[in-house]
Amino acid sequence: MIYEVFRQERKGQPFQHAGSVEAADDGFADVYAREQYGRRGESTALWVVHRDAVIEIDDFVDELNRNYHRVDGYPLKQKLKEARERAGTAAPAGDR
Amino acid sequence: MNEREQQLLLEIADDELILGWRDSEWTGIAPLLEEDVAFSSIAQNEIGHARALYELVARERGTTADELAFDRSPEEYRCAPIVELRLLDWEKTIARHYLYEQADAKRLERLKAFDDSEIAGLAAKIDREEIYHRMHAQMWHERLRAEPRYTAALEELRPLLEQRGEHTPELAELWEEMTIVRRSQPAGTTW
Repeated sequence: MIYEVFRQERKGQPFQHAGSVEAADDGFADVYAREQYGRRGESTALWVVHRDAVIEIDDFVDELNRNYHRVDGYPLKQKLKEARERAGTAAPAGDR
Repeated sequence: MNEREQQLLLEIADDELILGWRDSEWTGIAPLLEEDVAFSSIAQNEIGHARALYELVARERGTTADELAFDRSPEEYRCAPIVELRLLDWEKTIARHYLYEQADAKRLERLKAFDDSEIAGLAAKIDREEIYHRMHAQMWHERLRAEPRYTAALEELRPLLEQRGEHTPELAELWEEMTIVRRSQPAGTTW
């Protein structure tokens, strides 16, 4: 069985994927995960999860290319510049 | 630290050194990669425990851990025969591991209650690492306990835990391997 291991480097930080271990059951996964990802003081906590329990999503449909939904899809700078030109005002000092 | 205590610490140190050496023979060839890492790490821990114990005795005797570990003749080692065997079957290796960890746990409990605070403190330190060894041994034991080859190995090896003072020929062979580099250098060489 394959287990995915997530580790937290310091308290309060997010868990990040560390790697995976192959183990016969949960008990072995516990021991092996400790050995691979915890015994050198590199983690404060581990999450050990059956790979099957992970819901993987890897298709993100955007048929109509609605790029304004995306962070990078709405370039404000150009639009601001045009608006300022129309209004006849200069950009604030920090923007120049 | 009296002579009896020194002898006891040497006994444990020799057990840990020789077992660590034998267990490390699985490095690279354990049944699966995860086990390879886990078992090698256990072997490394045992040798670390041996070093700490040798250091305590060495200070009392005005010598060094290396000299205690490598400069005695095989007959002078005080390890139990069970740790000396070169075991090439995994079920036997696990049977030894399980039997040893059980016996070692009892021994450490006694040591932790010693009046000598250095001995008791070191025992407590070692025991904190041994918790993981015991977890590992227990896990394998549960998994294999119904396998005839494993139960036969337990029966075969159990008596060897007790026969301290007698050595198998395998100890002398291991000693040759273990000390060959050290013996190839003139006395007093520092590494």
